[in-house]
Amino acid sequence: MRDAWQHRELWGHLGWQDIKQRYRRSVIGPLWITISMGSTALALGLLYSTLFKQDLATFLPYVTVGFIVWNFILGVITEGTDVFIANEGLIKHLPAPMTVHVLRMVWRQLLFFAHNLAVYVVVLIVFFPALTKPYHMEGDTFTHPGITWNILLVIPAMALLVVNAVWVALLFGIISTRFRDIPPVINSFINLIFFMTPIVWHTGVLNTVTNGEGNWRILIAELNPLYHFVELVRAPLIGHVQSWHHWVVVGAFTIGGWALAFVALRNYRARVSYWV
Amino acid sequence: MVSIEVWNASVDFPIFDAKSRSLKKLALGKVGGKIGSEGRVPIIEALHDITLSIKEGDRVGLVGHNGAGKSTLLRLLAGIYEPTRGSSRITGKVAPVFDLGVGMDPEISGYENIMIRGLFLGMTRKQMEKRVDDIAEFTELGDYLSMPLRTYSTGMRVRLALGVVTSIDPEILLLDEGIGAVDAAFMAKARDRLRDLVRRSGLLVFANHSDETLIEFCDSAIWMDEGQVKQQGSLREVLTAYKGHDPFEYLSPETLARISGEPVLSTNGGE
Repeated sequence: MRDAWQHRELWGHLGWQDIKQRYRRSVIGPLWITISMGSTALALGLLYSTLFKQDLATFLPYVTVGFIVWNFILGVITEGTDVFIANEGLIKHLPAPMTVHVLRMVWRQLLFFAHNLAVYVVVLIVFFPALTKPYHMEGDTFTHPGITWNILLVIPAMALLVVNAVWVALLFGIISTRFRDIPPVINSFINLIFFMTPIVWHTGVLNTVTNGEGNWRILIAELNPLYHFVELVRAPLIGHVQSWHHWVVVGAFTIGGWALAFVALRNYRARVSYWV
Repeated sequence: MVSIEVWNASVDFPIFDAKSRSLKKLALGKVGGKIGSEGRVPIIEALHDITLSIKEGDRVGLVGHNGAGKSTLLRLLAGIYEPTRGSSRITGKVAPVFDLGVGMDPEISGYENIMIRGLFLGMTRKQMEKRVDDIAEFTELGDYLSMPLRTYSTGMRVRLALGVVTSIDPEILLLDEGIGAVDAAFMAKARDRLRDLVRRSGLLVFANHSDETLIEFCDSAIWMDEGQVKQQGSLREVLTAYKGHDPFEYLSPETLARISGEPVLSTNGGE
């Protein structure tokens, strides 16, 4: 790990290069990332606010932010499983710490995330009046406070998300390099998980549709670890009530995940170049 | 002190076919018990019981048939493969030139590729910026350096790769075959530069099939055969045993003088 930090200029540069590379011959370049995110979020927001009879002014920001955070998580998981396999050539030809490839990937995803934040800023400006005063979401039994200085909580939240992204990519990357079944398994289930996670819908809806008897369904959402990660970053950005239990769950995952990743790294780091 | 020490090292590759690399096999295999050899992953023993000691100032040629383990040995020496049995200790800054296509992005310019290569070899961005002019001069690529790499010929890529590794003051230079694609004039220039590097503080291991190239670059040699070291000694001895005749016989007196002149200089420089 210390080696990888010494190589920070390397993965920093490579991550940048990846983004520049993707749009080298295109006219508006990296703006495409933002545009595609913006149009998807707009369409999803319009569709689901109608379906769930939600107020567009508060639901569209909810979907947008949820989707932006989800995209980061999705990128980390799918590219994380592939991180060593995709870098086979580099691993076999240049001696560099394994973590360099992981950090490059996470850094690239973080840059994508930053591009997508532009969409959030636009949404925030458009719906500023509705988001800065307390509001109520259909189905919730309580009122959300609106955006306050709590928005700053997004910084530690995002930092935690990134810290988790690194272990996920390390652990999943090592396992998938050895067992090539893992990437297809993850790719086929990730869409399901997207719909299971409260992103285009929110947990209050479960109360409404089941007349308050949907507790076991809410439990399913709670058991989905990704829900806590999404909620951690999303709540401060749109002024939702944030329960402290999300921090506890994410904190537990951070410690547990890193412990596993360290074990995997210690035992199998040297094997990765044999397996790729 | 720059050195490479390898003790009884073996490198075994597990060969996972589609079956054994899947989880299903692992899960079912446990339940069903041992199914003889089918349940086990076949292994290719690429290197077997290698013991080597390469010291500062050595210029070692690596010879052997295809598949004898030359490239694998180079990767072991680079620290890319850690030995599955035995141990190895590499002291010094390693700069490998293996596959010229890897670690080079065809879409970006020569300059940017120089930067990325350098960063991979452990340099900082500032250090590389200082060296860019030097590399441009050495490679003689001139304005081509701002062109995308896909427009380069093989020889030009070799020049670029050699330019980078020789500019960063490496201590352990590992070259695989494939750098023969450059013209004679550049070869001579590269040879001088490599010798200079080795003399200052470093060692060179070079896998090659051509007698002339080996004679120009190396003074000792290792003969690899079926993953083992068959012979290790002076270049002339090993080449004679390997080829069945003495390649030094046919050299012109000037060439002989030039080659033998160098080691004398290098001992002087070392002490």
